[in-house]
Amino acid sequence: MTIRSVASEGFRRALPAVGVSALGGLVAGSVLAGMEAELTAVPGLLALVPAFLAIRGSVYGSLGSRLSTAVHQGLVDPTLAGDRRVRAAVVAALLVGVTASLFAAVVAAVVLPALGRPVAPLPVLLAVAACSALLAGVVLATTVVAVVVLGFRRGVDPDNLVGPAVTTAGDLFGLVALLVAVRLVLAVLG
Amino acid sequence: MTAEWRVRGILRRTLPVLVALTTLELVGGLALDGFEATLLRYPTLLVLVPVTIGTAGNLGSVLAARLSTAFHLGTLRFAPTDERLVGNALAVLGLSVTVFPAVGVGGWLVTTLTGDPRLPVGTVVAVAATSGVVLGGVAIVVASVTTYVAYRAGLNPDEYVVPVVTNVCDVLGVVVLFAVVRVVV
Repeated sequence: MTIRSVASEGFRRALPAVGVSALGGLVAGSVLAGMEAELTAVPGLLALVPAFLAIRGSVYGSLGSRLSTAVHQGLVDPTLAGDRRVRAAVVAALLVGVTASLFAAVVAAVVLPALGRPVAPLPVLLAVAACSALLAGVVLATTVVAVVVLGFRRGVDPDNLVGPAVTTAGDLFGLVALLVAVRLVLAVLG
Repeated sequence: MTAEWRVRGILRRTLPVLVALTTLELVGGLALDGFEATLLRYPTLLVLVPVTIGTAGNLGSVLAARLSTAFHLGTLRFAPTDERLVGNALAVLGLSVTVFPAVGVGGWLVTTLTGDPRLPVGTVVAVAATSGVVLGGVAIVVASVTTYVAYRAGLNPDEYVVPVVTNVCDVLGVVVLFAVVRVVV
């Protein structure tokens, strides 16, 4: 094996997944660019964007690999209605996602003023964090369960589907959920 | 139902790590917040934010996953002459110089289709391509160092390396984008 063969094989194997995820990232970016008004209305929101996106990717990525392993082991039934274990895993993912997002909002609300930067009131940031985590969570959990179950039924290894599906859908739905959540919260509290 | 599938058990195992990674991501967020004015003035740069973060994290995690597997198989030596280490590092560099200029063109096109990009296409491609080359290098260093440290500490690289590398590369993605925008725009 030469350096050249390792490099060219490594390149070819990774390009499709990295390329598709970059395409998804561009679409997500256009949603972010369309949020000019919301970013101005809620100072500190932009500081939360990387954390929110990382939380969605990490929580629903690990939900995906957990379910995918369990389906392989025959631990859970591959049905869309979901069995007890699947429901527990989904509820846990939603709780973890919401908790981590609320934590991020609190840290931003404390750190930004300390740096002399403007920040929206804590209740606004907390409401946006909780709403967007729930909205994105419901969509992503549904996507993950559907990808694992349908992939398994059609004979495609869910391990190969779930990672790219979550990285691509996570950024897009994460930002769309954030946009909807900010509008909702501003309409109610604003 | 086994403890492994109880809601509480899952919360206890996953929440601490996630809180730590969230704190790390907030560092990137603070950098982003610091150049909010520039980003709002040039929406094309705002389009590049998620894709830069995501691609940097992806490149790091691809390399980290490969190094971890090679390490488990016993085929990896941490030496500058190791074929797997150097070959996979070159693959990541190749991916970054291929994907990032395309991302720059794509970002400019998206903004042009939906409004006024307020920046020439050349500038946007220069920002994306420069960030890409730097981030390719960053991903290589972060992934190799983290895998090596996990190996020396006797930790399973699969469990620790990929999340750490992905999140560190996410944060550095924002920092590098910020630095490049300052120089180029």
